[in-house]
Amino acid sequence: MVLIVNGERRETTATRIAALLSELEFTGTQVAIAVNRGVVPRARWSDVELNDGDAVEIISPRQGG
Amino acid sequence: MLKLYDQTFKSRLLLGTALYPSPKVMQDAVRASGAGIVTVSLRRETAGGKTGDAFWSLIRELGVTVLPNTAGCRTARDATTTAELARELFGTPRIKLEVIADDETLQPDLTGLIEAATVLIKDGFEVLPYTTEDLSTAMRLVEVGCRVVMPWASPIGSARGITNRSALKLLRQRLPDITLIVDAGLGAPSHAAEALELGYDGVLLNTAVAKAADPVAMAGAFKLAVDAGRAAFEAGLMGARDFASPSSPVVGTPFWHAVS
Repeated sequence: MVLIVNGERRETTATRIAALLSELEFTGTQVAIAVNRGVVPRARWSDVELNDGDAVEIISPRQGG
Repeated sequence: MLKLYDQTFKSRLLLGTALYPSPKVMQDAVRASGAGIVTVSLRRETAGGKTGDAFWSLIRELGVTVLPNTAGCRTARDATTTAELARELFGTPRIKLEVIADDETLQPDLTGLIEAATVLIKDGFEVLPYTTEDLSTAMRLVEVGCRVVMPWASPIGSARGITNRSALKLLRQRLPDITLIVDAGLGAPSHAAEALELGYDGVLLNTAVAKAADPVAMAGAFKLAVDAGRAAFEAGLMGARDFASPSSPVVGTPFWHAVS
């Protein structure tokens, strides 16, 4: 299926957030996730199902003022 | 002590972490400033990227409190979602709320700001709204539950200092129990001292330190100015007068009223 990951189309076989992050080599990194603008807590990354066309935001800390 | 909701901080200076010439200079500047709170932003991470991790470990080394922002958000909805991401990422209910109306001036969108603050306060956030010097907006922010309000001195990164001193004074008078922090537009330590002399509880700055020729030395200079400004406020400044008033005693001046 196709997901929109950080604004870009991406073909993936991952059906869970945890699997997607591992496919993108994010394992163990400091990120927060929103799917279709809803924040998904880390504890639910293995449960929440991803569907074709879902928009996934993968967010991390940056310099800021 | 600087009070942010139910927590107190020794330093009245909050420092941003962006625009420094290097990560090392950023860390040294934070240490030199004495700031107990630093601001950070949230951005998309690239696939396999470790950018966020690298930055985060620098911040953790400093042992300071993190204040995430919603910088770049143009709508109340973007800002509330970003705040939720921040709470998830940093494990803190504290959020510097920015809703930007205009790219040229980075003028806050005041209606969007009140809308987002209302939602976030109900959701348990400790909101620190970045706003203008407008009193009615500040009063609305307080009404919806904000216990900290952060008016600008002048536009972000402009280094112009306090451009509407009387409005900032009025805010201080009308909101005596609210923590007021001047956020944005400060360019020199004297600007920070002025804010503290007006009775503001603190200042939040970034560019003035990060873009100085020597950011670490400038961070130290701002620390001194904030301490001086606060000490002056607590000491009670005399009021300004229109005319001169001699400081040396008049009585006994040599040759005064001399008989000719």
